Amino acid sequence: MKPSLLSVSDLGADGLVQILELTDSFVEVSNRAIPRVPALRGRTVVSLFYEDSTRTRLSFETAAKRLSADVLTFSVGTSSVKKGESIRDTVQTIEAMGMDLIIVRHGSAGVPHRIAQWVDASVVNAGDGWHEHPTQALLDCFTIRSELGRTSADRPFDGLHIALVGDVLHSRVARSDVLAFTALGANVTVVAPPTLLPPAVDTWPVAVSHDFDSVLPEVDVVYLLRMQLERQHEALVPSLREYTSLYGLTPARAGRLAKHALIMHPGPMNRGVEIGAEVADLPNAVITQQVANGVAVRMAVLYRLLGSGVSLTHE
Amino acid sequence: MAQRERPLAPPHGGVFVARTEVMSADDVRRATTRIAHEIIERNHGLDGVVLIGLQTGGVWLAQAIADAIARIEAVTLPLGTIDVAFYRDDIGMRPVMPEAVTDISVDLTGRTVVLVDDVLFTGRTIRAALNALSDYGRAKAVQLAVMVDRGHRELPIRPDFVGKNLPTRRDETVDVTADGVRIGDML
Repeated sequence: MKPSLLSVSDLGADGLVQILELTDSFVEVSNRAIPRVPALRGRTVVSLFYEDSTRTRLSFETAAKRLSADVLTFSVGTSSVKKGESIRDTVQTIEAMGMDLIIVRHGSAGVPHRIAQWVDASVVNAGDGWHEHPTQALLDCFTIRSELGRTSADRPFDGLHIALVGDVLHSRVARSDVLAFTALGANVTVVAPPTLLPPAVDTWPVAVSHDFDSVLPEVDVVYLLRMQLERQHEALVPSLREYTSLYGLTPARAGRLAKHALIMHPGPMNRGVEIGAEVADLPNAVITQQVANGVAVRMAVLYRLLGSGVSLTHE
Repeated sequence: MAQRERPLAPPHGGVFVARTEVMSADDVRRATTRIAHEIIERNHGLDGVVLIGLQTGGVWLAQAIADAIARIEAVTLPLGTIDVAFYRDDIGMRPVMPEAVTDISVDLTGRTVVLVDDVLFTGRTIRAALNALSDYGRAKAVQLAVMVDRGHRELPIRPDFVGKNLPTRRDETVDVTADGVRIGDML
């Protein structure tokens, strides 16, 4: 079995830092007039997305192309999956065509893990259910590292206070971010109404708050999670307007943040719900930087898995 | 004789144990000054000349050549560094990771690039560097300066400026610093 990236916990603190350092090289590549290197010539990467996505899929495919890998896009909607083909048969068919790496997104937790057991190719988890989204956590860490100058190799986020705000319950981004931020030394507070927190949150290495206003002035990073509007029928919050008034980053709340504090969001944003319409455009909102860094981080992950010949976790 | 930790040396790094010193610190300094003169002479001055050091061994040498040129002609040349990891032809055959971020802040189109490395061996690193350079613009010419040419070329590549031609065995290691050049083994 070739190396895979299924969870942030596959990496450990040293592995995280190594990928962030490798990303510096790919940021340099991405800023060039010809943003392409021949590193993965002859390797084939396939993106297998069972769930909708624009930015993650585009980001991975751009990353693979900038490494000169061949990229295939598997569209579930026009495939034999519609005829009832199982995931196992689908991935084994893909592998039989000589793929070196499969990028998987699926609505159910654990699917990338199962696929990694079935195939010899490397597997990258691009989001599985409510479980994990490791490359999002890596790009979030890289953004914080470069925006706040936290480039030390040893516990770079020591002393940073990061608030993760919103629908933690349904958020794979929150789970991966908590693992990554705390591994790098940050203090994390999750801020949400009790109905949007998972029951197991007491076992997480985080503080829990239901009072956004009291946390606001202390944080270095406020990370807003997407309010999943498609879940409104579950009646987990009384109304979106009430949610916004208690947990939204309104312009008034943004004004009470420390001057250096970053505003982050994994996208897609619901402007006017979890984030004020103008707040997303403030100078300390680094949401577009997150997207730009996403390509370089994914180049680092793909290179690390397919090219470097170095194991993913630090020895 | 001196030992030196070389974590980045191929294939996996280790400790370099010297057997013979073939150039002293003074020899290296004199060779650097001579190479500086030769670069100026070959290019009839320094118009459009850029020095680019290969990570990691060529970086200090490119700086030393730039310092020597500044003393001779009172000109400060543009200086860059390049890491060729992503252009190597042995990716997937051995661990290949960049040592540093490439830093080339000038457009190379129309410039004369002098690539600088400490040791010229198989020529494969230089091949990778030539491909990498072309992604930063179409240079008017590329010249190669090395402190030591130790032979055993596997590609048709030849240096323009050489500190010392040094016959070696393939399995030996040549260690180049500003303090001198030594032949020895990696342990």
